[in-house]
Amino acid sequence: MSLLIGALTIGFILSLLALGVYVSFKIFDFADITAEGSITLGAAVAAILLVNGWPPLAATAMGALAGMVAGAVTGVLAMRFQINRLLSGILTMTALYSINLRIMGRSNIPLMNERTAMGQAEELGRQLFGKETVSALGWEVGVRDLSALLLIPALIVIACLLLFAFFRTQLGTAMRATGDNSQMVRAQGADDRWMVILGLALSNALIALSGALLAQYQGFADVQMGIGMVVWGLASVIIGEALVGTRQLGYAIAGAVLGSVLFRLLVAIALRWGLNPNDLKLITAAFVFAALILPKLTARAARARKWRAAHA
Amino acid sequence: MLELISVSKTFNAGTVNEVRGLRGVDLRVRESSFTVVIGTNGSGKTTLLNAVAGVFPIDDGTIRLGGEDVTRWAEYRRASKIGRVFQNPFTGTSPSLSIAENFALAAQRGRARGLGPAVSRTVRARTREMVRQLNMGLEDRLDTAIGTLSGGQRQALTLLMATWQRPALLLLDEHTAALDPKSADQVIQLTDRIIARDRLAALMVTHSMQQAARYGDRLIMMHRGQILFDVDGERKKRIRAEELLERFEELRRLELLDEGAAEMLAELYV
Repeated sequence: MSLLIGALTIGFILSLLALGVYVSFKIFDFADITAEGSITLGAAVAAILLVNGWPPLAATAMGALAGMVAGAVTGVLAMRFQINRLLSGILTMTALYSINLRIMGRSNIPLMNERTAMGQAEELGRQLFGKETVSALGWEVGVRDLSALLLIPALIVIACLLLFAFFRTQLGTAMRATGDNSQMVRAQGADDRWMVILGLALSNALIALSGALLAQYQGFADVQMGIGMVVWGLASVIIGEALVGTRQLGYAIAGAVLGSVLFRLLVAIALRWGLNPNDLKLITAAFVFAALILPKLTARAARARKWRAAHA
Repeated sequence: MLELISVSKTFNAGTVNEVRGLRGVDLRVRESSFTVVIGTNGSGKTTLLNAVAGVFPIDDGTIRLGGEDVTRWAEYRRASKIGRVFQNPFTGTSPSLSIAENFALAAQRGRARGLGPAVSRTVRARTREMVRQLNMGLEDRLDTAIGTLSGGQRQALTLLMATWQRPALLLLDEHTAALDPKSADQVIQLTDRIIARDRLAALMVTHSMQQAARYGDRLIMMHRGQILFDVDGERKKRIRAEELLERFEELRRLELLDEGAAEMLAELYV
């Protein structure tokens, strides 16, 4: 049960990563690999501030803000200096590795003894339930696990609503149109380059927020924690698309969250069944690869069937 | 209104692919004048429109629009004064956004975009009213993604969007060329109606000699990056499509001669 709750909670935390990847990859059609550095950046900034006694909420917000700056840097490299988009992300990501080490001062910061947002949630839960374990659906569940599982999804729902509302404003609509048709956006008098820079800042703020929360939930920030995260987020977005479709903004946002949670559950089950954790990234990559080529293969198969039917 | 003073543009300068798109073009377009631009392939007519729209920086010359020097303005900034419809019916709209959202973008053309709702009640009401005049039944489908509509429908919508905020200048780049004959006819008539109704200044590039003869109050023919022929007023009204085709035939014959002789002949006879 604790394993299941843990998987769900991490799934919700990483849904912010999935939303960030959705914004850059899907809305802006920008393969932004900055995410691998900015998720660690969010964790690093939040962790070092917590160690220095900052209130958890402020530390988390600063983590997100740092991610925003990192995203904007990639945006400026790609749009103002016209550097290849993938390369812009790689440059920022590489620079962030050193920056993250500088921020943390070492490669790993434990947060077990700090006052974190999770600790606050736990205190809140303890006051609410008045005991250490609670019986949920017949299982005894620790207050810490339960508080996190209640608080995090609430936070994610708020983030989703804000994101949905933002993308329906004048500015947000122009940003969505930019990924769709940048020529049209210019013809309507909006600076499409600025839109992309803003979009990457937003995307990486979400991703860094995800990193800041993840560090507080798992109890440490590590300089390696970003590796493979872009593919992870992409896998979540793809699962979400398969679940709810992509036609409308609201569905796509909800899909990214559902995809992230479901993906994390699948991973937990696979690990439980004895999957070697070292193979996880290979399998994730293979999954995304399959999800990318399957639609093409089925379309080709359908064409071939049609051709045979027509020439029989 | 619009003023081009010896505007030049060379593409791929200094390479084997060098193309002299515009060669010292001078052009003045008056307020509420509908100017039609024709010319052979590669004559520079689309380049002329793109230079005005700010798609690329020009090499030489000055472009003034509504009394302001816009030569160094970026494309998006010039859009505050310019409405555009493109040859490709898919270029003017954002396919995954709804009709209402596309119009909401057009409603803010040239204005700051803030955190107010894009599709406000007034935007929706105005969009419905504008779309209804198309008689395409789209006024009840304002939340449909524009990408699901036909090229003709999208081009008509693009035209409405380009003229929502009355532009100082309307640029039409062969905007009916990619449409089927029936849609092309609908769109060109709508164009004529809107330009007359709002008394817009417009530059329309076209391949159709029928359109060139029938519409507009001024006609410009371009050749090799220069304006070769410019008529307006009564002469424009009298011009027929056949006469324009003869002009093109003449040009083709000139092309067969070597360049020096062609220039001499052009000076003597054109």
